[in-house]
Amino acid sequence: MGWFLKFIDSSVGKKLVMALTGLFLYLFLIEHVIANLLLLNNDNGEAYTIYAEVLGSSYNIPLRIIEFGLFFFLLYHSINGARLWWTNRKAKGIPYLVNRASENSSFFSRFMIQSGSIIFIFLVIHLKSFFVNYRLGNPGDTMYQGVVKTFENPLYSWFYIFAMILLAFHLVHAFQSAFQTLGLRHNKYTPFLKSFGVILSILICAGFALIPVYFLYLHNAGGY
Amino acid sequence: MKLDSKIPAGNLAEKWSNQKFNYKLVNPANKRKYEIIVVGTGLAGASAAASLAELGYKVKAFCYQDSPRRAHSIAAQGGINASKNYQNDGDSVYRLFYDTVKGGDYRSREANVYRLAEVSSNIIDQCVAQGVPFAREYGGLLDNRSFGGAQVSRTFYARGETGQQLLLGAYSAMMRQVGMGNIELFTRSDIQDIVVVDGRARGIVLRNMVSGQIQSYVADAVILATGGYGNVFYLSTNAKGCNATAIWRAHKKGALFANPCFTQIHPTCIPVSGSYQSKLTLMSESLRNDGRIWVPKDPKDKRAPNEIPEFERDYFLERKYPSFGNLVPRDVASRNAKEMIDDGKGVGLTGKAVYLDFAEAIQRLGKDTIIEKYGNLFEMYEQITNEDPYKVPMRIYPASHYTMGGLWVDYNLMTTIPGLFALGECNFSDHGANRLGASALMQGLADGYFIISYSISDYLAQLKKDKLTTDAPEFKNSEKEVDNKIKRLLNINGSKTVDELHRELGIVMWDYVGMSRNAEGLNKAKKMIKDIRDDFWKNVKIIGTNEEINQSLEKAARVADFLELGELIAEDALQRNESCGGHFREESQTEENEAKRDDENCSHVAAWEYSGADKPEVLHKEQLQFEFVKPSQRSYK
Amino acid sequence: MAELNLHLKVWRQKNKEDKGRFVDYDIQGISTEMSILEMLDVLNEKLIKEGTDPVAFEHDCREGVCGCCGIFINGRAHGPLKRITTCQLYMRHFKDGETIVLEPWRAKGFPVLKDLMVDRSAFDRIIAAGGFIAVNTGGAPDANAVPIPKHNSEKALDAAECIGCGACVAACKNASAMLFVSAKVAHLVRLPQGKPEREKRVFAMLNQMEKEGFGSCTNTEACSAECPKGISMDVIAELRREYFRASLKQENN
Ligand SMILES: Cc1cc2nc3c(=O)[nH]c(=O)nc-3n(C[C@H](O)[C@H](O)[C@H](O)COP(=O)(O)OP(=O)(O)OC[C@H]3O[C@@H](n4cnc5c(N)ncnc54)[C@H](O)[C@@H]3O)c2cc1C
Ligand code: SF4
Ligand code: FES
Repeated sequence: MGWFLKFIDSSVGKKLVMALTGLFLYLFLIEHVIANLLLLNNDNGEAYTIYAEVLGSSYNIPLRIIEFGLFFFLLYHSINGARLWWTNRKAKGIPYLVNRASENSSFFSRFMIQSGSIIFIFLVIHLKSFFVNYRLGNPGDTMYQGVVKTFENPLYSWFYIFAMILLAFHLVHAFQSAFQTLGLRHNKYTPFLKSFGVILSILICAGFALIPVYFLYLHNAGGY
Repeated sequence: MKLDSKIPAGNLAEKWSNQKFNYKLVNPANKRKYEIIVVGTGLAGASAAASLAELGYKVKAFCYQDSPRRAHSIAAQGGINASKNYQNDGDSVYRLFYDTVKGGDYRSREANVYRLAEVSSNIIDQCVAQGVPFAREYGGLLDNRSFGGAQVSRTFYARGETGQQLLLGAYSAMMRQVGMGNIELFTRSDIQDIVVVDGRARGIVLRNMVSGQIQSYVADAVILATGGYGNVFYLSTNAKGCNATAIWRAHKKGALFANPCFTQIHPTCIPVSGSYQSKLTLMSESLRNDGRIWVPKDPKDKRAPNEIPEFERDYFLERKYPSFGNLVPRDVASRNAKEMIDDGKGVGLTGKAVYLDFAEAIQRLGKDTIIEKYGNLFEMYEQITNEDPYKVPMRIYPASHYTMGGLWVDYNLMTTIPGLFALGECNFSDHGANRLGASALMQGLADGYFIISYSISDYLAQLKKDKLTTDAPEFKNSEKEVDNKIKRLLNINGSKTVDELHRELGIVMWDYVGMSRNAEGLNKAKKMIKDIRDDFWKNVKIIGTNEEINQSLEKAARVADFLELGELIAEDALQRNESCGGHFREESQTEENEAKRDDENCSHVAAWEYSGADKPEVLHKEQLQFEFVKPSQRSYK
Repeated sequence: MAELNLHLKVWRQKNKEDKGRFVDYDIQGISTEMSILEMLDVLNEKLIKEGTDPVAFEHDCREGVCGCCGIFINGRAHGPLKRITTCQLYMRHFKDGETIVLEPWRAKGFPVLKDLMVDRSAFDRIIAAGGFIAVNTGGAPDANAVPIPKHNSEKALDAAECIGCGACVAACKNASAMLFVSAKVAHLVRLPQGKPEREKRVFAMLNQMEKEGFGSCTNTEACSAECPKGISMDVIAELRREYFRASLKQENN
């Protein structure tokens, strides 16, 4: 076991953990965004409510385990990311007076900690408004109604959209970086993975961002 | 002093095997009791340090750069020779030996050269085992290219960076021993003196280039592998830090200096662009395979090259040497270019260049072929000159490149100071008056991997171990001397920078002791060098102190030595009343203005003995015997 | 040939202990045909004549192969052009009146020694830890005994071209030495001769890299973009594969 702890705490291992947990979270996001799109179904939330019930059922043991894993990975990903950033910052020491980093690396790749931190704050709020309230608490309305209510607040919605833009930044680098970290790089498929990652990441985040936009502007306009 | 080259008896092909058998061995258990200092981490030094440490000796290795991997061997481009005969084109140990002796214009020792050819094959094996990625053919076997002075294809290469790859191989072997604690590595160490105790080399004194401390190290034997002294010309293809300090100090301590005037000028370098020029970049010799060298016929013709019609151009090498044309040896090509320039036909803004034109080759072979063959060289040329050689002919000019001369060593690579060995470019041993392309790398590695470990054991085995430390008066005196010299330099506080004075020396060396020499010029040069030296010691200005990183001080100490060595080069050139290889005496030429050797009077190694400050050096001659190859006059007509 | 008047902002630091600062210099009549190091030579000659300490900078071969030189020029390692070293940068790439900012490599693993000179001996220690094939002199089999596919040998050479300049570390926001370490690991493992020690090597070199205080790679790819020899990111992926493989295979680690 000792070797494993040493392995995941080495410079390459730490990054591997980031990639694996990141990819897991990425998969979750795909599931999450698909489910969220049910909200756009003009059925007064019927489909979504069923989904939420199945998901939230305490008898669904595999899901509970996955959920636990999800939280664990999210925390590990965040803490590990912060540690990585901190040790790397120390390794750099004095910054340059002039640094034209944009000439050699992508903007996204250089601001992972910043985008990550804001996403983390967002997640705390996000979990508070939905997960904590509806899955742990006893709010008295359905999750769907909660969603509608929450997103009618423009401040919340705009923060949500902003967070999704940052998430897109984060994912655009994260996706291809994860494969590089896993050692999966080849002229044959890396260019494809890179473009695929960009498109998929933008689609995911656009999917999420669509929800507040819908409830802010389109849903009401429909007048239910 | 009687020079004994210690060449073993017997047939040429058996000399080295016999010698190896006759060498005394050091008991394996005793090896770690012996300490060896290796100065220099180029091909010669790194390979020697690694091999000796592997055998169990305690090695200390020194270099002036921040890492041993940066020794100037790293810059060699073309390749390394070996008589593998992988191409089945009739190569053999004997042929490589023959080509090298002939290429050196019959001024090298047959036995040494034969041994070099003999171990050349092992070098390639060793390097491949270390992971040197030599060029290969599709079948997976090693590829070869041809190089000047040979009719067989025996040059192994790794793109245009053979020296780099070979050095990284030797460096990693050496670093492995550093990691294992068998070699203690000292970088940023500027060797300032060799310490001789009871007639034997026992240590060194150096200046720590970070702290300025003067430090001594003691050992049972000292190996110098400090490279060539081409920077005596200021402008050369050598790295800026290349210097003669260690060998010059050894010389002053009693080691004879052999053939100092045998310097090689390479014909195809990128020309000087202005007075600020700090070094010259070599363009591979291979360019002369397809490029045509010319100047305008009329010295007053200042038109752009493309506007000069064919019949107003002088393709002087093709005109004078119809059979070899542009492919004459380095010395001939260089000298002829100089002649044209002296006649006022030089081209470019400075007038110090000739054209190397690819227009005809591009037309004949197509641009794609030229790109494939020389693409990276063309790119490098364009980067430096901002001219596109696909459109405008290249401008080239000869530059100081290699020094065949160096510390005199016997067959065992030992100098005239017992216990002091010299390997690689810093000795004089194998190239005679002219070195063939791709043979310097071979020699450095032969010396370091395959010769020194045998010959040094013979020396050490006969040694009585003592408990000498750096507290001995010889060390203290030497430290004091170095310290005084540094103090003296720092106290001059004159008005000229070190570079200014070095440039002055370079101009004198180039003009009078360069490609073409005559008695009058050489006498003049001796006087001028002495004047510059006097000026140096009165007028040099160095800022700062000794107790810090002080690059001007480092340079000054080197230039001070070049200013003494330069005079000896001129003196040696004056004493050698013949033309041979890279040494061309205008007084000694054939009717067709070609170099004329004088085998009757000059078939010797000129070994100089230092006899005190401002006293003339004493010349000793080692007569060369040619038992196996008959000296003949070179002709390239 | 044109001449430039320039404004320089140079990091000056007396020694390791000194805090260091930027000093401004004006310099006139710089030929566009000079290399940037020759421009610094001219500046230094001037400073010496004025009685001030010249700027210390590292250099040796001045033709892009020894790896000595390395200055962070106007925000870029080895200056604004790709795939060249500092010594290969010519003044024609600057404009008249331009301000040029010259800084030393910045990284914990590369402490500044003086002005623009840093201590890169950490690289040597990384190589000493495992960047070699353990063969002693003598006893090597014939060079053609093991055929190596041309393609593999060329790929090994691609990685072996690293000159150890440290620009990768300098450009990396994490001061990671991954490109340097990976280049050596890839060079050796791409050849049959390097395979026997592959597990040992990758552990030893990475351990040493961490000990020297270099950061962890986060795939920004700045290193490869600024590497004068164009060492590809492929080598880093390869190192990771080697590391995973070694972690699963090697016992006691
Ligand atoms: C541009 C160029 C291209 C070349 N191409 C080829 C080629 O294709 N084929 C070929 O065979 N040859 C070639 N040569 C020649 C060949 O590279 C050299 O002759 C050879 O590499 C010299 O090796 P060395 O080990 O003797 O010395 P170097 O590699 O010069 O090493 C000298 C060592 O001594 C140390 N040193 C020197 N002075 C001191 C001091 N005072 N204190 C401490 N340390 C000191 C240095 O730090 C260095 O480590 C070329 C040369 C040049 C310049
Ligand atoms: S990988 Fe590139 S940038 Fe890094 S040290 Fe090697 S050559 Fe320099
Ligand atoms: S000085 Fe050698 S690479 Fe620049």
